[in-house]
Amino acid sequence: MYGDPTADADPSVAFGHDMPFYTRDWHFDPYHQRLTVARRGAPDAVHFDTEWGNWEVFIQEKRGEHHTHAGTLHAPDAEMAIMLAKENYARRGPCVNIWVVPEDAIAASAYEDADMFEHTTDKMYRDPAGFQGLRKKAQAGKERVGDEAAAGGNP
Amino acid sequence: MTTTTPFDLASAPADARAALDAYVLALADDALLQGHRDSEWTGLGPILEEDIAFSSMAQDEIGHALVWYTLRAEHLGAPTPDEQAFRRDAAGWRNARLVELPRGDYATSLIRRTLFDIAKAIQYDALRHSAWPPLAVAAGKLRQEKKYHLLHNQAYVRRLGTAGADSHDRLQSALDALFPAALGLFEPTAGEAALTALGVVTPSAALSAVWLGAVRALLAQSGLSAPIATVAAVGGEGDGAGAGAGAGDVLRTTVAPDVGGRRGEHTDDLGAMLDAMQSLHRSDPEATW
Repeated sequence: MYGDPTADADPSVAFGHDMPFYTRDWHFDPYHQRLTVARRGAPDAVHFDTEWGNWEVFIQEKRGEHHTHAGTLHAPDAEMAIMLAKENYARRGPCVNIWVVPEDAIAASAYEDADMFEHTTDKMYRDPAGFQGLRKKAQAGKERVGDEAAAGGNP
Repeated sequence: MTTTTPFDLASAPADARAALDAYVLALADDALLQGHRDSEWTGLGPILEEDIAFSSMAQDEIGHALVWYTLRAEHLGAPTPDEQAFRRDAAGWRNARLVELPRGDYATSLIRRTLFDIAKAIQYDALRHSAWPPLAVAAGKLRQEKKYHLLHNQAYVRRLGTAGADSHDRLQSALDALFPAALGLFEPTAGEAALTALGVVTPSAALSAVWLGAVRALLAQSGLSAPIATVAAVGGEGDGAGAGAGAGDVLRTTVAPDVGGRRGEHTDDLGAMLDAMQSLHRSDPEATW
């Protein structure tokens, strides 16, 4: 799976192609790889996208709830990013709060490593559904212990 | 504005009723034309994100116009909002000239929006206390949307005003060109005095004084200037001396306001704009979209 040792060590592709996974140097690439890839094609170009940086926008629909990722926009600073995010990402649904995060503050895993999130054995016990009937089992266990005590099982 | 007795439209004298209609019509026409002019930027904005934000604010403004036209239709005997918007010649419009002027470059549109939004924020804020409940309720609702408009405009004006000579000069040129027409926002509508006496609206002169203070404060933070001077107050000036002036002083402009819009005297730009805006309705009044 970490096959070809001659592959170009491309940071935008999965990390660690050329080493066994148990010795490899773990690192995470910038989330946005568009610019990285574009710059590789034309390293001398001034800028590919815009003079302004990318900001990731997170919207909170209700106070106390999680902020959820809504999208990306260009802005010169955080205040402008929040200002622009309002109409770009919060003009339809409910919103009480916006976070903006500069893109280079975000690190991401690589899709080539998505297999590490897969479950190859049954992990039902991590699912809330895995706990169904647990109370019943506990009750049955208590009753069994109680019955044994009443029968004088222990001195 | 001090409100004691609620204003009852049914028992109001005819002149107060006509004055109220003229006042609400001016609110509606200001909002619709500001929104329409700004919508001309849709698809042409300087960057995608700003295109969307500016277009959204244009929609807000057209929504505000709908609120005011609906108020006239429901309470003051006016025809449907569509008929008010699409079946009127230039002479029947009561908007300030500011909002009919061509959109110009982005600096022009941004400065117009800025001057307009500060004026409307102040006006809606005051009208929340109107003695006529429908007006007070509508103003309170629309005032809420002004908050974002002010945030948007200030974010740009402060940055562009201080960013460099080019952006500063463009804003300053737009400001110089538009300031007299912006003062025209405070040209009283016909019969306004009858309404202020009843506590239905705040005197335009009082709103103007607050506006001068707010505008001057923003411009000072932005490296820009407008012909606004502080003069010693002679008598009472409502609550207008509050923002920006020292106690006992009031702010005055030193240029002549470009007025006439509230009397139906408009520039040729309005006629050309209405030709475009009303063309579909004129060719097919039954069209729906």
